[in-house]
Amino acid sequence: MSSNVDKVWATLEHLTDPEIPVVTLRELGILRDVRETADGVEVVITPTYSGCPAMGQIEDDVRASLEQAGIAARVITQLAPAWTTDWMSDEAKEKLRKYGIAPPHHTPKDVSVVKFVRRADTAPVACPLCGSTHTVVTSQFGSTACKALYRCLSCQEPFDYFKPY
Amino acid sequence: MSTPIDYLLHLADNAVVLGQRNAEWCGHGPILEEDLALANVSLDLIGQARLLYQRAAELMGGDATEDKLAYFRDAHQFRNYTLLELPHHGPLVGYAAADRDYATTIVRNFLYSTLMVLVWDKLLQSKDASLAAIAAKSLKEASYHLHHSRDWLVRLGDGTEESHARVQAAVNHLMPYTEEFWTTSPAEGAAVAAGVGIDVWALRPEWDAMVNEALEEATLTRPNFHGYVTEGKVGLHSEHLSYLLGEMQGLARAHPNATW
Ligand SMILES: [Zn+2]
Repeated sequence: MSSNVDKVWATLEHLTDPEIPVVTLRELGILRDVRETADGVEVVITPTYSGCPAMGQIEDDVRASLEQAGIAARVITQLAPAWTTDWMSDEAKEKLRKYGIAPPHHTPKDVSVVKFVRRADTAPVACPLCGSTHTVVTSQFGSTACKALYRCLSCQEPFDYFKPY
Repeated sequence: MSTPIDYLLHLADNAVVLGQRNAEWCGHGPILEEDLALANVSLDLIGQARLLYQRAAELMGGDATEDKLAYFRDAHQFRNYTLLELPHHGPLVGYAAADRDYATTIVRNFLYSTLMVLVWDKLLQSKDASLAAIAAKSLKEASYHLHHSRDWLVRLGDGTEESHARVQAAVNHLMPYTEEFWTTSPAEGAAVAAGVGIDVWALRPEWDAMVNEALEEATLTRPNFHGYVTEGKVGLHSEHLSYLLGEMQGLARAHPNATW
């Protein structure tokens, strides 16, 4: 029974994000679960941002990998609980930083999103290159919805910040 | 009681129409960063609309699909607020299509995302589990849309004489359309009765407080309004929606079932 599940994990474990190839789908929390059901093995993925254009590519990558390995499994998209950047492992965050993307802070636990909106800026974002927290936001949307554009005032480098979600 | 389809369409149409409007800036943004920001906001909104149309199609059954709901309904079948279909023309500019006024774009996004942060937060409790799941995602996205538009509202309002005048004109122009938020359509009434939707009226004090606080920070004045209340959400639209849909639906209608 579980060997099917293990085989699927082994097949999909190393699939990376199409836009950030240093982190895997599993590390990002997009590849959420592999489970044995009465109808066979199910692979559960979850969308990040509602309009993320990479999700179609991700689903195709998952299906193609399964097919290539000769595994019959259903791919299911599940919305709840909503994907959150808090699911990212510390290891994945460190990989992001080394890649030049400031990893996401934790989402605020004690404050509702409504209140969070009304608060001024949150904790400073450290520059992924020099570590300085003397940084400013250039734009709240970078090349993709999940990132904001920042600039380091110490080393002058512009960089992406993976926003908490 | 089941989930009223028209309520899901109201939420979906709001998102798709504003998403389509904001996408008009793609390649034409006032600065590169804002071009990217508006494109990303549009992607979020269109993504939300897709999830909502998918849920509506699932409940409708038969041969309903998200694409049919988005591309093959006519203007009178759309249930979005009139506010969201208006062109990006502030009252200070002319009516040529190229005359997009960024202040109008920002003010509209601010007024709508302030509402939606409150709406999605309440819809987390919806008895429709799918809608509650969509709300959880949309709330996170709407909060960034609000951050973005509020930030620019303050920058433009508390900016130069020119930017202040234009953003104030946009506020004067658009604020009357927000009256539509507070009337209850049959679909909204049915959704509240079913425990699926929320009573928007109850959100008004908090919306007012958030809007007034931001306007004050932006050194802007909130206009008084006593007049006609638009009814886009029951299908009575301005002339602008048909043009918007013409562009959005043209390709799908000319080449049904095309894939690329
Ligand atoms: Zn630096």
